[in-house]
Amino acid sequence: MSDISATLPADGPKQPLVFLDTAEHHPVNGTLLGFWVYLMSDCLIFACLFAAYGVLGREYAGGPTAQEVLELPAVAVNTTLLLLSSITYGFAVLAMQKNQRNPMLVWLVITGLLGAGFITLELREFAHLISIGAGPQRSAFLSSFFTLVGTHGLHVTCGLIWLVVLITQVLKKGLITANKRRILCLSMFWHFLDVVWVGVFSFVYLMGVLP
Amino acid sequence: MSAHDELHAHGDDHGHDDDLGIHATFSGYMTGFALSVVLTVIPFWLVMGHVITKSSTAAVIILALAAVQIVVHMIYFLHMNAKSEGGWNMLALVFTIVLVVITLSGSIWIMYHLNSNMMPSMMDPSNLP
Repeated sequence: MSDISATLPADGPKQPLVFLDTAEHHPVNGTLLGFWVYLMSDCLIFACLFAAYGVLGREYAGGPTAQEVLELPAVAVNTTLLLLSSITYGFAVLAMQKNQRNPMLVWLVITGLLGAGFITLELREFAHLISIGAGPQRSAFLSSFFTLVGTHGLHVTCGLIWLVVLITQVLKKGLITANKRRILCLSMFWHFLDVVWVGVFSFVYLMGVLP
Repeated sequence: MSAHDELHAHGDDHGHDDDLGIHATFSGYMTGFALSVVLTVIPFWLVMGHVITKSSTAAVIILALAAVQIVVHMIYFLHMNAKSEGGWNMLALVFTIVLVVITLSGSIWIMYHLNSNMMPSMMDPSNLP
C-alpha cells in the first residue's frame, strides 16, 4: 500500500487509498470451501439412503429380521475403530500444524490401519450375512441395509486409497502447502464419514434391533 | 531427503502462506473425543443391556444422543463455526440440514401413511401382479 501511494503523483488524491478487501479473514483459495460443498452434496446422498432405509427397514418379506441378523458387539468394535481413527487423524493434523513430518506420517499410518480394520470387519459381516442367505436380494430391509452401509463402506475405502496416495505425496514432496491443503481436505472427509457412521449405528443398528 | 529438507525450510519461511484457515488444538480434539465416547457408550449400553423396555422411548433417546454427537463432531472435529470461510461453510451446512430434514421426515411420513392407508385387497398377495 505504501509502495502504491509512493508512486502516485504529488498532486494526487489527498485521502489515503482504501481497498475494499478489508475482511479480517480471507482464505488462500476456495479449495476447502469447495470440498465442504462436495461433502454437503454427499450428505444428501446419504440422506436419501437413510430415508430409503427408514421406509423399508421393517419390510422383512418373511426373511430374517434386523434383530436376528445384526450383531451389536461387532458394530461396537467397528464404531470404536472409526472413532479412534478420527482422533488419530486429528493428531496427524496437529503434527502437520507444527510441521512435524514424521510424527504426522505415523499418525496417518495408524489412521489407515484403523480404517482398514473397520473395512475388514464390515466385509466379514457382509460375507456372513450373504452366506446365511441374508444377501441384499432377500428382502427390502436387506436391500436398503446393504445399500446404505455399503455406500458408507465404499466411502471409507476411497478414503483409505486417498490416504495411501497422500502419504506417498508427503514422502515425495514433503509438507508443502499443497499437501497441507490435501491433508485438511482428507481430514474433513474422514471426520464426515465418522459423522455418517454415527447416523448408521444409531438409526440402522441400534434402532434396528429394538423389539 | 535433502530436497525434502529444502521444501520443509521453505514451508517454515512462509508460514503465513500455509494458513489454511483451520486452527486445530489438542484440547479441542480430546474434548470432542471424550464427548463422542460418552455419547456412543450410552446408546449401546441402553440397547445391549436392555435398560429401556419401551422401544419408542429408547428410539427417541438414541436419536437425540446421535444428534448431539453429530453436533459435537461438527464443532470439535470439523471445526465448524459461523466465521470459517466467511460464513459460507455454515450457510452450506444449514441449507443441507434443511434439505436432509425435508427428505428424511417427508419420505418416512408419507410412506408411513401410504402403508397404513393401503386397502386390504391390495395387501392380499394373490392380487399382486
